[in-house]
Amino acid sequence: MGIPVSYNLRNLVVRKTTTVMTALGIGLTVAVLLAILALVGGLRSSLQSSGNPLQVLVLRKGGTAELSSVVTQANFQDIKFKTGIARTNAGQPMASLEMVTVIDLESVDAPQGINVTLRGITPLGIEMRDNLKIISGRWFQAGQREVVVGESIGKRFPGARIGQRLHFGRGDWDVVGIMSAGTGASNSEIFGDLNQVSSDFQRPEALSSVLLRTTDAVAAKALVNDISNDPKLNLDAMSEADYYNAQTSSGIVIESLGIFVSIIMGIGSSFAAMNTMYAAVARRAQEIGTLRVLGFSRGSILFSFFVESILLAALGGLVGCLLVVPLNGVTTGIGNFVTFSEIDFNFRVTPQIMALGVAFAMVLGALGGLFPARSASRKEILVALRGI
Amino acid sequence: MTDNVVIQTSSLTKEFLRDEFHVVALKGVDIEIHKGEFVALMGPSGSGKSTLLHLIAAMDVATGGNIRVLGQDLRALNDRQIARWRNENIGFVFQSFNLIPVLTALENVELPLKLTNLKKQERLDHANTALKLVGLGDRTGHFPRQLSGGQEQRVAIARAIVTDPALILADEPTGNLDAGSAQDILSLLSQLNKEHGKTIVMVTHDPHAARFASKVRYLEKGELLAEGAVPAD
Repeated sequence: MGIPVSYNLRNLVVRKTTTVMTALGIGLTVAVLLAILALVGGLRSSLQSSGNPLQVLVLRKGGTAELSSVVTQANFQDIKFKTGIARTNAGQPMASLEMVTVIDLESVDAPQGINVTLRGITPLGIEMRDNLKIISGRWFQAGQREVVVGESIGKRFPGARIGQRLHFGRGDWDVVGIMSAGTGASNSEIFGDLNQVSSDFQRPEALSSVLLRTTDAVAAKALVNDISNDPKLNLDAMSEADYYNAQTSSGIVIESLGIFVSIIMGIGSSFAAMNTMYAAVARRAQEIGTLRVLGFSRGSILFSFFVESILLAALGGLVGCLLVVPLNGVTTGIGNFVTFSEIDFNFRVTPQIMALGVAFAMVLGALGGLFPARSASRKEILVALRGI
Repeated sequence: MTDNVVIQTSSLTKEFLRDEFHVVALKGVDIEIHKGEFVALMGPSGSGKSTLLHLIAAMDVATGGNIRVLGQDLRALNDRQIARWRNENIGFVFQSFNLIPVLTALENVELPLKLTNLKKQERLDHANTALKLVGLGDRTGHFPRQLSGGQEQRVAIARAIVTDPALILADEPTGNLDAGSAQDILSLLSQLNKEHGKTIVMVTHDPHAARFASKVRYLEKGELLAEGAVPAD
């Protein structure tokens, strides 16, 4: 058994000012990392929860986004009766032809305006989105210039609330409802009647995508192959889940940048921990000498100061977690590089992310504590006893 | 060497460089200390008495000669072995007590036992017994700052004896104490020597403290004077 951990903990308490200052420094670094991870986690959660593995999305050949895809009414007729497509209770194929474009809206963060996804959709398309529901107002009526906005749009775009009018296409559109898709991407979209939207944008034939519900996973895979390999169609099909997963590229850039910044800050924080621990070693030189005289080995001394540095940093990690917890659930939005529109989502501060933050802090403590601990263990007994 | 010899040195020398000056701290010291003796090492500052004590405790390494303590050739041990040997065989009492300030009296005394195989309760029992022996059974939960100098030194002595070492080394143990506390500490050391058979080597400047020892040896300019001899001045 080595030097008791209580020795290290009590020394951290005794040096409370330096302990708190160092922990705060490390805590801020951890908070930056956690905020980035919570943001990316929220984005991923939003996109991943949007994809139903039983649903297949059809775009033009080579298309990666609905916005840049063109699917015609004729294409729709060719594919809606393919094998493996599920049927409604009324016996209709569960196939939804949709049109996607972007409109410019003023947001709380961007008064100059920002792109928002507008989706022309039929009642069947709404029905195929399992988590989608009206939380305020009502659905739009066919043939009317009415829209329903996603929950996040309602929060972040002051001009897009129930009772207000949006101007796009050929006229003004009434906001008649707010919909929620749980954590899904539809929260960041505006839905209107397909015929009305495509007419206003003069695209009655050039629509964007088809969403198909299949009977099972095997049928989904077969349908993807069938459509993609049909040379007459000139279309690509993919699982809806894969489509949304591919859009997390926006998050990867932010995540990489955030991790890079956190590492730079982390290096600074580990120097702070190192400075604190060097000061501790200098101040406790006589104790180190005494411990050696009592029979504790150089290894025990090294381990003890190393552990103390890690404990100090873990405290910083907890501070970082506390700093970032208020972010949990806060709605934000970023530009989606695939759809060229804003996607809104909530920060997700999960226990896993916090554990990662504490682990990151402990790594900083280990890096910062290694050299001071080694310095402590290398002190000659008589030199240490003289307090040098 | 007989079993009765606890410390034996021959031609023990310690030299070092200080600010480019060659210093001879110990010059060919030959000494034998036997089991159960209470030896006071005296001499003026710089005479080498503390250096000799540090070599006996394996806290420093001789530059020449031989030293055996409790039958062990200290120069044959590596760093880790010395640490373990010191823990098992030596109790050290410092002039400035050197208690760990963030640990209670009981925890300070328990500290050397952390290196043994004793269970937690056994360690606490031993530490409590040692504290009772030095008269501080009612101060176990006190931190060093809550104790007087004399009490701190008693805790340090309890810590030195808790592993039941064969040899106790004391470096000016009364140097930081008032006369009354010093008397108590010396009486305690004498009691450990007489009643518990501990061999004690004590460095001191104080002739009064030396009177508690069974034998006094003088050092002068790094040389050990012959037994019974005293420095000229």
